[in-house]
Amino acid sequence: MSARRADRARDLRIIAGYALRETVRRRVLVVVGILTLAFLALYAYGSAQAFDEVSRFGAAPAGVDIQEEVLTGSTLLGLAMFVTLFLGTVLAVFVTLNAVRGDAERGLLQPLVVRPVGRSTLLLARFLAAGALCVAYVCAVYAAAVALTGATGGYWPDNLAFGAVALSAAVIVVVALALLGTTLLSSTANGIAIFMIFGAGLAAGLIGQIGSALDSSSLERISSIASWALPFEALYQDGLHALTENVRGATGVIVQLGPFGGAQDAGPLLYPYVLAYLVVVAVVANAIFRRADL
Amino acid sequence: MPDALLATALRKTYRAAVALDGVDLRVGAGELVGLLGPNGAGKSTLTKIACGLVRPTSGHVEVLGHPCASLPARARTGYLAELFRFPGWATADEVLLLHQRLARSSGGAAERARLLGLVELTTAAERRVEAMSKGMQQRLGIAQALIGDPGLVLLDEPTSALDPAGRRTVRQLLEGLRERGTAVLLNSHLLSEVELVCDRVVIVDGGRTIAEGAPADLVTAGGVEIETAGGPRRFAQAGREDIPELIAGLVEEGERIYGARVVAGSLEDAYLDLVRGAKP
Repeated sequence: MSARRADRARDLRIIAGYALRETVRRRVLVVVGILTLAFLALYAYGSAQAFDEVSRFGAAPAGVDIQEEVLTGSTLLGLAMFVTLFLGTVLAVFVTLNAVRGDAERGLLQPLVVRPVGRSTLLLARFLAAGALCVAYVCAVYAAAVALTGATGGYWPDNLAFGAVALSAAVIVVVALALLGTTLLSSTANGIAIFMIFGAGLAAGLIGQIGSALDSSSLERISSIASWALPFEALYQDGLHALTENVRGATGVIVQLGPFGGAQDAGPLLYPYVLAYLVVVAVVANAIFRRADL
Repeated sequence: MPDALLATALRKTYRAAVALDGVDLRVGAGELVGLLGPNGAGKSTLTKIACGLVRPTSGHVEVLGHPCASLPARARTGYLAELFRFPGWATADEVLLLHQRLARSSGGAAERARLLGLVELTTAAERRVEAMSKGMQQRLGIAQALIGDPGLVLLDEPTSALDPAGRRTVRQLLEGLRERGTAVLLNSHLLSEVELVCDRVVIVDGGRTIAEGAPADLVTAGGVEIETAGGPRRFAQAGREDIPELIAGLVEEGERIYGARVVAGSLEDAYLDLVRGAKP
C-alpha cells in the first residue's frame, strides 16, 4: 500500500470515528431509540394478539389452501420491515442532513476542511460512519422483529439474511442521497427533500400495486421507473419477496401483497444496479463538494 | 526561502458581486502582516482562498511555494476562521488531539500542553467546549491553528471575542510567533492591535489593495495643537517647525498661549483617510 493510500485510510478512520462520536451524542439518537423500543413493544403485543386470534378461527374451508401461521407471520414481518426501513430512514436523514452545508453554516466544517485531508476523504468518511450506524440499526431492529414474530407465533421465514441485506442496502441508498443533498441544501431543506423522496418511493410502490391489480401497464411502468430511480423502494420490495418466495398456493398469493407496495422480485441486476447508482451519487456529491466555497 | 503567501492578480466573484478584484499580496517568511479593510472589503475571502476554503475565480496563490489548497500547502498552514465552532461534547484536549491527527503532527501530549499554556487554557484542558466561554473557545481556536508548527498562520478576527487581558495574551503570542519565524496574516478590525504587532499592513477596500506598508510609514502626522485661553486649537496641516510662527500669529491676535504639542497620527486616522479617499 502506498504512503498516500495509508494516509487516506488513516484519515478515513479518524474522521469516521469523529463523525460517529458526534452522532452518538445527538439527541436524535435517543429519540430514535425510544421510538424503536416503543415500536418493538407494540409489535410484540400486536403479534401475540394476531397469532392468538388467528388460531381461534379454526381450519380454513375445504379446498382453500391457507396456512394461517405463515400468512399472519409474513404479513406482520412485512409490516415490521417497512417500519424498520422508515425508522432507518429517519436515522439516516438525521445523522447526515447537515454533514456539509449545515456544518459549514455552523462553522464546524471549516476547521476540518483546511487540514491536509481531501474533501473526498471527508465525504467518504461521513458516508461510512453514517452507513455503518444505519446498517447496524436496521439489522438489529429487523433481527428483533424476526425474533418477536418467531417467539409469539412460531413463524420463521425463509431467506432471513436476505431481508437484512435488502434493508441495509436500502438505508445505504438513503444515506447516500442525504449526503448528496447536504452538499447542495441547508439542513432543513435537505431533511424535507429526503423525506419527500422517501415518500415518493413509497407512493411509487403503491402505484405499482394498483397498476398490477387493475392490469394497467402504464401504472406499472411508472412504478418501475420510480423504483429504479429511487432503488431503496425496489430493495425493500425485493427483500419482502425473498422472505416469502417459497410460500405456495393461496397463502403465497396473499402474502405477496405486502404493506405499502407489494413484494416484487427485482431480478439479478438489482444489486449491481444499486452499486452503480451509489457510485454515480458519490461522484456527483464529490464533484459538488470539491467545488463548493465554504 | 519562498514567500509564506503570494497572491497575484487574485479575483473572486460571487455571481454579479465582486469580492476581490485583482489583489496582489505578499507575506514574507516570518513576517507578520495585518490585513485591514471595511466590512465587505474582501479580507475574509482572501484568507479563505489562501487556506483552500474558497476557489478563486482567477489569479494565482502560492503558500510556502505550493499552490494554495494543495495538500502540501494545507499541511503547513494554520487557520482560525472568523466564525467557527468545535463540537460541544469534546474537551479542549480532544479538539487539539483530533487536529493533531489530521495535521499529522507528531507533537503528542507535550505539544497540546504547550499550546494550551500559550493561550492560557492549561486548567481547562479537560473542560468540554460547551462549558467554555466565547473567549475561551476563541483562544482554543488559536491553539488549534498553531498545531504542527505551521509556516503560515491565517487568523481571521482572532481577538473579536476576547477581553483586554485575552487580547494582550494573543499579542504576546503573535510576537512569539514572529520570533520563531512563523509568518502570520492577521485579519482584524482592531487597528490598535495591528499597529502594535504587525511588521506591515495591507489595506483592502472594494476588493482592491488601496495601501500597504509599515504602520509607521502609513501613519501621517496629526498636526499641531496649541492650548489657548479659549481652549485648544488644532492646526491639522502644521508640523513641529511651524509652532513658533503659529504661536507668534496667535499672540499677535491677542491670544494667551498655555502650551503647544505636535499631535502624533494613528493608524486609525490613516486608515480612515485612506478608506474615505478610496470611495468614488
